[in-house]
Formats: sequence, C-alpha cells, structure tokens
Amino acid sequence: MIVQGLVFYLFAAITVASAVMVISARNPVHSVLFLILAFCNAAGLFVLMGAEFLAMILVVVYVGAVAVLFLFVVMMLDVDLVEMRQGFLQYLPIGGLIGLILLVELIMVFGAWITSPEAGAVASVPILPPDQVSNVEALGRVLYTKYIYLFQASGLILLVAMVGAIVLTLRRREGVHRQSISAQVSLKREDAIEIKKVPSRSGV
Amino acid sequence: MAEPWVLELWEGYALPGVIIVAQILAITAPLLFFVAYLTYAERKVIAAMHLRKGPNVVGPFGLLQPIADAVKLLFKETIVPAGASPVIFLMAPMLTFILALIGWAVIPFGAGLVLADINVGILYLFAISSLGVYGVIMAGWASNSKYPFLGALRSAAQMVSYEVSMGFVIITVLLCVGSLNLSDIVLAQQGDYGMFGWFWLPLLPMFIVFFISTLAETNRTPFDLPEGESELVAGFFLEYSSFPFALFFLGEYANMILMSAMTTILFLGGWLPIVDIAPFNWIPGPIWFAGKIAVVLFVFLWVRATFPRYRYDQLMRLGWKVFLPLSLFWVVATAGFLIAFDLVPNT
Repeated sequence: MIVQGLVFYLFAAITVASAVMVISARNPVHSVLFLILAFCNAAGLFVLMGAEFLAMILVVVYVGAVAVLFLFVVMMLDVDLVEMRQGFLQYLPIGGLIGLILLVELIMVFGAWITSPEAGAVASVPILPPDQVSNVEALGRVLYTKYIYLFQASGLILLVAMVGAIVLTLRRREGVHRQSISAQVSLKREDAIEIKKVPSRSGV
Repeated sequence: MAEPWVLELWEGYALPGVIIVAQILAITAPLLFFVAYLTYAERKVIAAMHLRKGPNVVGPFGLLQPIADAVKLLFKETIVPAGASPVIFLMAPMLTFILALIGWAVIPFGAGLVLADINVGILYLFAISSLGVYGVIMAGWASNSKYPFLGALRSAAQMVSYEVSMGFVIITVLLCVGSLNLSDIVLAQQGDYGMFGWFWLPLLPMFIVFFISTLAETNRTPFDLPEGESELVAGFFLEYSSFPFALFFLGEYANMILMSAMTTILFLGGWLPIVDIAPFNWIPGPIWFAGKIAVVLFVFLWVRATFPRYRYDQLMRLGWKVFLPLSLFWVVATAGFLIAFDLVPNT
C-alpha cells in the first residue's frame, strides 16, 4: 500500500502544481499545456481509485478533443504581455468584486447543503465487487436505467448548443466555387465533349 | 536471515518491478528493430512499384541502410532555432515517440501474452492515439515559423476529424463483442469459420472506414497534408534536425505499426490462425499476429505508392460528410440488428 500512497501523492501534487501554473503562467500556450498535464494526472488519480473507464474518457474527451481546440484558439491569439499589464489596475476592482460574489455564493450553497434522505439508502446498497462487474457495466446499469431521463436531457442540451453554434457561424458566401462530387462522378462522356467533323479548308 | 519487511518489499514491489521492466524491454527492443526495417521495407516496396531498385548499397541487399541512416542522424548537430521556445521544441518529438511506444502496453501478442491486460484496453489505445496530435501541435507552435505552424494547424484539424469516425467504428466492434478488453475482442472472433468469422467480413464497410481513418490519423499518404512538401516545405518538423527529427520519424513509423496492430485486433482476428486446422494452428499466435500486421503495413505502403495527395477541403468533406454519417448509421444498424436477432453478447 505504501507505493499506492506515494503514487497518489505524486499525481495529486503534480495536479495541484500544474493547476496553479495554469493561472500563473505568462504565456497562454504554456497555460493550456499545464492544463493538459493537470487532466492527465487527474486521469491517473481516477485509475488509482479503480475508475479506469472514467480515467480513459477524461483523456479521450478533455485531453484529446477539448484541450486541442483550446490550444488551437490560444495559439492563434496575438498576445502582447505589456499591453495586457496596462489595464491590470483598472480592472482589478471589478474582477475582485466578481470573485468575491462568487465566493459568497459558494459559501451560501455549501452552507445550505442538506443531505438527501435517500442518499444514505443509496450509499448503503452493496456495490458489486470490481472483479464481478466491470466499470463500464456498472456505469451503464445506472446511466441507462435510473438516470435515463437526465442522461437524455444532457444529450439534448448538448445538441441544442451544437445547433446554436452552427447557426451562429453559418453563412453563405457569394462567389465561392463549390465542388459537387456526385455531379463530377456522374458526368457522362456525351455531356463533356462534342465531336465534330471538320471539313477541310473551312474551320468549325 | 532478512528482516520480514525487506522480504515483503522485495517480493511485493522490487521483483514485480524487475519483471515488468524486463517485459517492457522484450516488447520495445523488437519493436524498434521492426520500426527500423519498416523504413527499409517502405523504400524497397515503393521502389519495386516504381520499377527501381531502392537501397542496395549498404550491406547485402542494402539491409544495413536503416542502421546507416540512424547513425548519420545521431552524429548530426541538434539545432534549436533562435526564435523557438526551446523546452516545448524539444518536448514535442519526445512526446510523439513516447506515445507511439506506450500504446504497446495493452496489445495482446498471443493468448495471454500481454503486458497489461486491462479492462478498458481499446479505450486506452484510443486515448493514446488521440494524444498523438499534441506532438504535432507543440512542434508547429514552438518552431515559431510559418510553415510548421500551418502544418500543425492542418494536422490538428485532420486528426480531430477522423478520430470521431474511428470512435464510432470502435463502438460498432464493441457492440459485437460486449467487452472493452483487447483479448476478449480477439476471442470473440474465434469460431468455426476461420478467417470468415473475423469482423472484417460482417463489418466490411466499417473495416474500410477504419483503415482509411488510420491512414489519416498517422498522417500517411493520401492524407499527408501536414507535411505536404509542395506547399509547406516539410510541414510541422521543418525546423527539426538530427535526433529530434529521428524521434519524429521513429514515432511516425511506430504509430503506423501500432495502428496496424489495432486494425488486426479489431478486424483481422489478432493472433488467431486463418483456419483452425492442423498445419495452421501449429504456428504460434505471435507469428500470426506479426504476419497480419505486416499485411496491413504493406497496404499502407501500397497506398503511398498509388494515390495522389487529397486536397484539404476534400479531406474534411470525406471525414465529416461521408465517414461520420456512414459510421453513425452503421452503429445504429448494428445495434438494431443485434437486438432484432437476439445476438447481443453477455446477456
């Protein structure tokens, strides 16, 4: 167990340290790279807890897709550090105010936290040992039975967000030559060329 | 007599550690050998298709050519451009190479011959392959130069696009298997029909989609736009020289072998013999596995010698407008078929 403990502290320390670096790194690209490091170490923590499916999904979704898009955008930003520093004192009061409001709200939420009477019953249901039921099966059983409506609702919300993003960015530009592959493939010889008998000394 | 805690430390941690390191070496050493000779095979195969001779000077039949190439790259000077950000610049090739190697931890070479027999093996492989894009993006950004940057942007868009349909193909296979474990995926293809029971036949369209997506994922022709010489000089590794370049090169070829291994496991029956009768099932599993990987790799090389490069908008169209709807439809169709004919595994 000593080794598991040491590995846990290693992953946890790197996660926290890289999370701090995300907000303190000067260069935004370095920030995103530290964010990726934090994700990977969080995946390591999931593996230590035996949640291997969640760990892999974290890597596939957050590191493999979301962070790539982050990096994509951040790389193309033209960031001038000196210019960014100039407004710092000007924006400090409003930024601090927003932070304070969020903190107060969080305290209010956690202060009013009441444990649901069902939670105890749910927690006391014996979980099947991991060698009998795999991660995927265990997750699937609750996700597609008890939480099916919530699951579908979250899918719908994502769909709406996706449609919204597409609608916002969709525009038909004039003067763009579009390729119609089916039209190209279905082109017949007769449509494309015309054979003419040219009599001598008269031209077409 | 040793103290009990020393004995526990030895038996509990040190000895398994030593064994695991030995197993890792037993996998990586042959792998690097095959990577080296894959470059030789590529040059020979393409030369044969072009009616040329290919490398034939260094050693008998040019067999020492990969070693000569490696030695040449090792003795060159490593140049880091003045405008580059050095840490990320040097981290990118290492990341590419490491990612190409750690995927092999879960690959089953034969019945029970696997380093880490984890339950989510296929997801692990998928995660590793989706991380491969970082090597390219980091290299392109850290070079601080326009062509590598353009190459990196192209590559990021390309790899993210083709991963989506690859994911759906994997889901289709998983529906037929009922497990995410790679050994289970191979064993689910075992049956009375030999090679006709493997998933390539019942899932033929998905097999084709998956193979083409692996070509795009490994940046091979006809999808090698990230390094398109004619417009981007050499793409994302333009500024690299010497050993960092060699690491990119080795990483790309190791990735090709890894993707071929994935194709073999998902669709070509892994280590299973083509028919389970006398002369064929005497040959050990790892040899079947290597043979099937070699066949897939040959097709990789064949494609490179045959097809011209895709135009960028055609590449995106193929990924998003052709493969994504097709693979999504096939997931639904497979699930419907399995339910309708009561063939769902593990019920």
